[in-house]
Amino acid sequence: MIAVCQFGGSNCDRDAVAALRDLDFEAERVWYADGLPENADGVVLPGGFSYGDYLRAGAMAARAPISKEVREAADRGTPVLGICNGAQIATESGLVPGAFTTNASARFRCEHVHLRVENEDTPWTAGFDAGDVLTLPIAHGEGRFEISETELATLEAENRVLFRYCDSEGEVTDDANPNGSVGNVAGILGEREHTAVLMPHPERATLPDLGRTDGRTILRGFAEAASG
Amino acid sequence: MAASYTASVTVRLKPGVLDPEAETTKRALERLDFELEELRSVDRFEIDLDADSPEAAAERADAMAQRLLANPTIHDYTVAVEPTEGPS
Repeated sequence: MIAVCQFGGSNCDRDAVAALRDLDFEAERVWYADGLPENADGVVLPGGFSYGDYLRAGAMAARAPISKEVREAADRGTPVLGICNGAQIATESGLVPGAFTTNASARFRCEHVHLRVENEDTPWTAGFDAGDVLTLPIAHGEGRFEISETELATLEAENRVLFRYCDSEGEVTDDANPNGSVGNVAGILGEREHTAVLMPHPERATLPDLGRTDGRTILRGFAEAASG
Repeated sequence: MAASYTASVTVRLKPGVLDPEAETTKRALERLDFELEELRSVDRFEIDLDADSPEAAAERADAMAQRLLANPTIHDYTVAVEPTEGPS
């Protein structure tokens, strides 16, 4: 069962459950105060505005007791996916390095973006080839990835950048960067390949009724890792 | 003996980290015809606490900054402690 952790202010938890169920995987919403169920084979930290983005986006949820349980599960090898606010929670709780902060434009960006697959050898991207260009929706005001130069160099050397914002041809350019993220980074791996975060929303691009389905491949890879 | 202190934790962006809100605020001031070179925004938390010494109060506030109030990836912070004024 994949646990989708719902905090006060999460708003993509239902979408994540619906997307995973559409892929025939078992998924349940889990209220943060109830703790992480023991039978959770995978964890989604969903998008939204947990705790009203008080202090910093994700800061409060990252200190909730369930986040400690999620870190412990990740240490045991349980796949964890942080999407949007979930990505912010994951950086704040130390599941992945770096920080997601105010967009360079200081504006909320809600649109479709192109992403280039950087590393195909992960559960999340196994269904793609490196260099593939995906289209996924974003909806965030605080998605600018910041990280020290040293840590970024480590991420790149260890091939832990999953996706970069790019144009429709796959060129990584400043114009294609919706939020000013360093290196156009849109998604990364934690220290282990089964922990990943991204600002774009794969769960909003999974159900065929919603149009594009590039998110399907990411969620399927995740769910297969969780059930495998 | 325990006394009352107010610890002020000031959290600011590390030099070089972009501050889009401060940039926007600066532009708004310029539109109001103010002249300025640079504007930085900071967050300041004032924490009232009882501790055995100013050092102990500062140590606790420092731990609060490390654990929650600041994000080490993007922030620096300073802690200043003063005796709390007035009746507590």
